[in-house]
Amino acid sequence: MTRFAIPIAVFVALVALLGVGLKLDPREVPSPLIGKPAPHFELPQLHETSKTFTERDMLGKVWVLNVWASWCVSCREEHPVLLDLAASGAVPVYGLNYKDKREDGLAWLKGMGDPYELSIYDFDGRVGIDYGVYGVPETYVIDKAGVIRYKRIGPLTPQIVKEKVLPLVRELERA
Amino acid sequence: MPRLLALLPLLFAASVAAKEAAPAAADPALEKRVMALAEELRCLVCQNQTLADSNAPLAEDLRNQLREKMRQGKSDAEVVDFLVERYGDFVLYRPPLKATTVLLWFGPFLLLALGFAVLLRRVRRRRQAADTEISDADKKRAAELLAGREPR
Amino acid sequence: MIPELGQVALALALCLALAQGLLGLLGAARGEAVWMAATRSAARGQFVFVAIAFACLTASFVSNDFTVAYVATNSNSALPLHYRVAGVWGGHEGSMLLWVLMLSVWTFGVTLFSRHLPQEMVARVLGVMGLVSVGFLLFILFTSNPFVRLFPAPPDGRDLNPLLQDPGMVMHPPMLYMGYVGFSIAFAFAVAALLSGRLDAAWARWSRPWTTAAWCFLTVGIALGSGWAYYELGWGGWWFWDPVENASFMPWLIGTGLIHSLAVTEKRGAFRSWTVLLAILAFALSLLGTFLVRSGVLTSVHAFATDPTRGIFILALLVIVIGGSLLLYVWRAPKIGLGGDFEPLSRETLLLANNVIFSAAAGSVLLGTLYPLALDATGLGKLSVGPPYFEIVFTVLMTPALVLMGIGPLARWKKASLPDLASRLRWALAAAVIAALALPFAMGRWGALVALGLLLAAWVAASGFVQLYEKVRNAAGGASAWARLQSVPRATYGMLLAHFGVAVFVVGVTLVKGYESEKDVRMEPGDTVELGGYTFRFDGVRDVQGPNYVAGRAQIAVTRNGSLVTTLYPEKRIYRVQNQPMTEAAIDTGFTRDLYVSLGDAVSDTAWLVRVHHKPFIDWIWGGCLLMALGGALAASDRRYRLAARRPQEQYAAAAAR
Repeated sequence: MTRFAIPIAVFVALVALLGVGLKLDPREVPSPLIGKPAPHFELPQLHETSKTFTERDMLGKVWVLNVWASWCVSCREEHPVLLDLAASGAVPVYGLNYKDKREDGLAWLKGMGDPYELSIYDFDGRVGIDYGVYGVPETYVIDKAGVIRYKRIGPLTPQIVKEKVLPLVRELERA
Repeated sequence: MPRLLALLPLLFAASVAAKEAAPAAADPALEKRVMALAEELRCLVCQNQTLADSNAPLAEDLRNQLREKMRQGKSDAEVVDFLVERYGDFVLYRPPLKATTVLLWFGPFLLLALGFAVLLRRVRRRRQAADTEISDADKKRAAELLAGREPR
Repeated sequence: MIPELGQVALALALCLALAQGLLGLLGAARGEAVWMAATRSAARGQFVFVAIAFACLTASFVSNDFTVAYVATNSNSALPLHYRVAGVWGGHEGSMLLWVLMLSVWTFGVTLFSRHLPQEMVARVLGVMGLVSVGFLLFILFTSNPFVRLFPAPPDGRDLNPLLQDPGMVMHPPMLYMGYVGFSIAFAFAVAALLSGRLDAAWARWSRPWTTAAWCFLTVGIALGSGWAYYELGWGGWWFWDPVENASFMPWLIGTGLIHSLAVTEKRGAFRSWTVLLAILAFALSLLGTFLVRSGVLTSVHAFATDPTRGIFILALLVIVIGGSLLLYVWRAPKIGLGGDFEPLSRETLLLANNVIFSAAAGSVLLGTLYPLALDATGLGKLSVGPPYFEIVFTVLMTPALVLMGIGPLARWKKASLPDLASRLRWALAAAVIAALALPFAMGRWGALVALGLLLAAWVAASGFVQLYEKVRNAAGGASAWARLQSVPRATYGMLLAHFGVAVFVVGVTLVKGYESEKDVRMEPGDTVELGGYTFRFDGVRDVQGPNYVAGRAQIAVTRNGSLVTTLYPEKRIYRVQNQPMTEAAIDTGFTRDLYVSLGDAVSDTAWLVRVHHKPFIDWIWGGCLLMALGGALAASDRRYRLAARRPQEQYAAAAAR
């Protein structure tokens, strides 16, 4: 008798799953690097090509790494948010210029404003790959020990900054 | 005149140009290995294509990484680990066997085994059920019919 | 004017569908003959108005009416006429209208070919289909209206996706939808049976031809999709286990189980609750497929413009239609009864095993397709399930099915004998083993997987010949073999042909996967490359102009042993409007192999990257599917369905009164 109820039971579970699925984004690839040390890099800076920058320079500080490119349309969307974040002084923002032409990157920053303490120049995208970048823009929050604590895939919005980034930064600063 | 002479070798080259085409890749054997692995990996940008087939810039970059690592002597497993460290299991079209995928890998065979088990049980039980299906009144009727009498 | 006319027609169709649903179901419940008779008229009226709406949309496309938003996003004035018509179903809204058109066409068919069925049953079937129509018409009118206007009208349209500008692509959705929607008839019959409490062999006989016909269309639709992907997408593959491909494959698998289950219910009155459940599940999976493609829940090459609102609506439709029928199943199925009795070894058991295998296969495809979603939803991570998984699972599951396919048709109903079967099949087994051991060498090298595939295919084919031989030998037609051949029922030929088609399909898949080869080369004009015994010579690239594209067209001369086999012209096209590049592969089709050439990028002024493939026996894949569909068509057109047989009806009715 109860075996006739198996189909509807399975169906209910299926519908529940599909209902939840409507709210999820199947295209998003969450990062396995969260909670792991930020991959090492040493790259030339965008503005001062003779100088390099490595993530080790930032040990002991909480910081934000934003991956951007002049050819990236969504980066324009989030740029004002970055400018505000940088201006607030809550956390230093560093840029990773991903697979871009140096002149284009510099011109873009000149025209749109430069929120970054400095930008590093990742010409062939290798550092991007090490950080699991697959779609620009992406933003990382890294703690004092150099561990990645949060990754935002897609443009930053004021809401995300307010609800996720700033509280996390405050918490990490206290540690 | 010297200019024309300088062109001569080119003309020669053009006329003997019909030759066996060179493989597109610098190292065909390595390329075969790269592509075989890339067929099992997912492109993160064009997420419905394999890494082998996608034309996305990131796919090109990742294929280059594959080539480089394999040239350095890394095994397939090591290259896969490299990618999974950075992009997670999402990049694998062949889901790894771990605690969270046991149901995935064994589910189909469990389903089949379960189905067959239920089938066997029902078929056996059906035989027993058939024996007791006829009611007593029917049995009486049957007996009378068989004896040639009209059933009441 | 015309779009508004279309919209009004849709609204009228909705009213008629509602009338059809209510009149049919209430009329049957209350025994009101007038209402039941009126259901037929309402159904026909619904068809007329849906057809009018579809005609209006087609007219808007043909006349390049860019004030209609849907036309503006899916068409262009430079688009050739036949693609403007195909554009009608090129996007979400239009394809939903196509779906509803198919549903009304099938409904109309039921009104025409159901004279011999009891009025109550027809009324219920039409009633259920009417309610399903209501659901879809509401969906269209409220969330996916193709007649929405666009002001100001753009000067020209955004063009049909270049990938869709192709004959195969034109036919694929209509065939597929005929299949999906056709299963709604089997579903309606099942629900009608549950409602009336009457589920007997006669019911099975009535619903069988409809179900088989739907299955045929679905087979053709899937084959077209696969064939199109092969020649259009340029990667040489033909099945990717993409969520949308799986969405069409699951109803096919359950549908196959269903047509076999119906055979048993018709002949022996057994498997009733199984058959009803399979009928509900087949249509449920069709609806699920619609949901998966249009809701954005899964990524797919195929996904229409996704919209969670639409997703919610379709989910609600799923809940009402399938949830409702499964509840009905819980309530009424226990009363259906057991049906004919049979031994552990009998054709019934073998067919029941077939049911189990196909259901497990469909369940596995569903598992693999939804597993990433399940893990994501429970926060357990994100993974991908792709061809490596499905290929392993599916091949392992289908192997026993292929073995059974050789034995089942030879086993007797009710009680079969193992020694008897073994002796009848021993030559078939021998032939299969020889084929497995010897044929791979003919292809070049022996491989275990290839041998297994050939073993199974040869087994199915050889046992098919044994069946045919026995049928003809035992047939009643008289002394002459020809007369005996003619006396074998069409349905038997249908079965034999369809099973043979499966064997052909397996041969195609096995040999292509085992022996296909490709070479990726850089070619200057005059360069040659050798593959599979053929020599390909690159003769340069010319610029050509198409109706709505520009292309670089390469000329490749293919020779074998010095003589010219064919000249191939692969292209790299850029469609002007969307500025989208596309590779158009050139294929030389042959009975024993395909030669497939695709043009890559130019690497210098004269040199291009070219990829050549040699694909042995690949057309046997689609040839096999075609044979399967033909077999199904033969079976569906067997004369016992076409004759209004009254006497058997009474016999079955008496048996059902237990």
